[in-house]
Amino acid sequence: MDLLNSIILLTNFIVVPAITYGSQLALGAIGVTLIYGVLRFANFAYGDLMAFATMIVILFTWYLQSIGISLGVLPTALIALPIGIIATILISIFFDKAVFKYYREKKSDPVILIVVSLGVMFILNAIVRIIIGPGDVTFMDGSRFILKANEFKNLTGLNEGLAIKSTQLITFITTIITCSLLFYFLNKTKTGKSMRAYSNNEDLALLSGIDPGKIILLTWILVSILATIAGTLYGLDKSFKPLAYWNNLLPIFAATIVGGIGNPLGAFYGGFVIAFTEIGLTYAYKKFFIYLLPEQLEPNSLVQYISTDYKFAISFAILIVVLIYRPNGIFKGKVI
Amino acid sequence: MFFSAKKLTGGYGGANIIEDCYFEVERGEIVSILGPNGAGKSTAMKAMLGILNNSTGDVFLEGKNINKMKPQDRIKSGISFVPQTNNIFTELTVRENLEMGAFLIEGDINDRLNEMFDLFPIIKEKSDQFAGELSGGQRQQVALARALMTDPKVLMLDEPTAGVSPVVMDEIFQHILNIKGKNIAVLMVEQNARQALDISDRGYILVTGRNAYEGSGEYLLNDNEIKRSFLGG
Repeated sequence: MDLLNSIILLTNFIVVPAITYGSQLALGAIGVTLIYGVLRFANFAYGDLMAFATMIVILFTWYLQSIGISLGVLPTALIALPIGIIATILISIFFDKAVFKYYREKKSDPVILIVVSLGVMFILNAIVRIIIGPGDVTFMDGSRFILKANEFKNLTGLNEGLAIKSTQLITFITTIITCSLLFYFLNKTKTGKSMRAYSNNEDLALLSGIDPGKIILLTWILVSILATIAGTLYGLDKSFKPLAYWNNLLPIFAATIVGGIGNPLGAFYGGFVIAFTEIGLTYAYKKFFIYLLPEQLEPNSLVQYISTDYKFAISFAILIVVLIYRPNGIFKGKVI
Repeated sequence: MFFSAKKLTGGYGGANIIEDCYFEVERGEIVSILGPNGAGKSTAMKAMLGILNNSTGDVFLEGKNINKMKPQDRIKSGISFVPQTNNIFTELTVRENLEMGAFLIEGDINDRLNEMFDLFPIIKEKSDQFAGELSGGQRQQVALARALMTDPKVLMLDEPTAGVSPVVMDEIFQHILNIKGKNIAVLMVEQNARQALDISDRGYILVTGRNAYEGSGEYLLNDNEIKRSFLGG
């Protein structure tokens, strides 16, 4: 019984949240890695692109709610996703044509493009805060819980409850569907293969007749779809706040680099590596040990390795360790 | 002449690397461009392909002047090129490499794939492996097969045997002879002059960016002066 309780405890407080958070990071990291693979620079504006996309989704969700349209138990924001995706594609293409294209044609250093992306980041961030304000916005509707802690206790007779929020399940399922479609596209379709070919060897792709303009356009489209989905899922799960997306840049970049930058499958796993480490290290294990250890060995402290205040330091530490010991990531990626 | 270039002049922005060069190749013929390091062999090939920014001169394919064509359109009209380095997609499987070679072909490419598998049996065996995992000789075969997927009329090779062992070199030259048998015009730049001339119908020797000698493979191999200067005695 104690063993079961301890397992449920960890599932409730580590596994379920980490899978949710990991899914959000994975989607973000795949976006960053695609931009790096094809356009060859680290796009710091990505966090704020997610914020912009989510803002559009929220505005349209409010409109739908005001005219009385809803999805029942599912959040209305899911209907608003396509609108958010279209708006994000348009703004991505706008910034590519207005800003990134110039530096690409000049064959600027990747470092210059990073700084340029910082500029785009500030602009996007300002747009979002001017339109929707800097504060917290909740746009979640539909049913909140799939499984409530009390229901679970009554059902199983255990001391520990297992709660699964509907947003957690939606996040995980949407991520799996999105990633499956993406990997199918990249590995099985001619266009997807040509995108990988371009990312691998630009000159030879040109010699094979692959049009770089189309590949770049396609990349922005894919990245915008991923940013909208990742941003909306994160907003549904944790409430929307423009700065939160900027804060997520560090774990997203850490996930990208852990997985091997330029490698989408690596970025997917990288997201979960970061999420499990972050949540696993900041959880207080006291109750867990009380269940498992005999009374005289029970811990007095919280048995929390790192305070949650320092959770970003974990991403940073992983980033540094990976860059020192495996600069091309756990999975094979490009060396940066 | 099936494929020819005249009065090719050009370089990378500074002084001209090649001046007034000319080359000709018929279908079913192997023609080598030889010469010492820095003679402009690869530059000449890039000029013919249209990927050299600063070049003038005329390039003809089947009597048609293709000067104004972009490199992409030259590929579409039947010219294929294998660069000396980075000539495969290392992160793609062998089969995907071939599929990318056939990127411009609309519709079914299975016939082309099977023809390549016949021509390069090792590729069939390794078709699901990543091309980056293959040995040097196998990579070169993938590179050749990728270039042949479009069913080209002209195949240009930039040092196909650079950095491979003598045994592999013979193997690659044998493959090039087989390609010639498909009625393709093969134009190649080579460092291994003697071995290249052995399989070539004709050859051009460039010296400091200009045509210096030309003739049949046999003639170039047996001329005493050429032997002394370019073939190492």
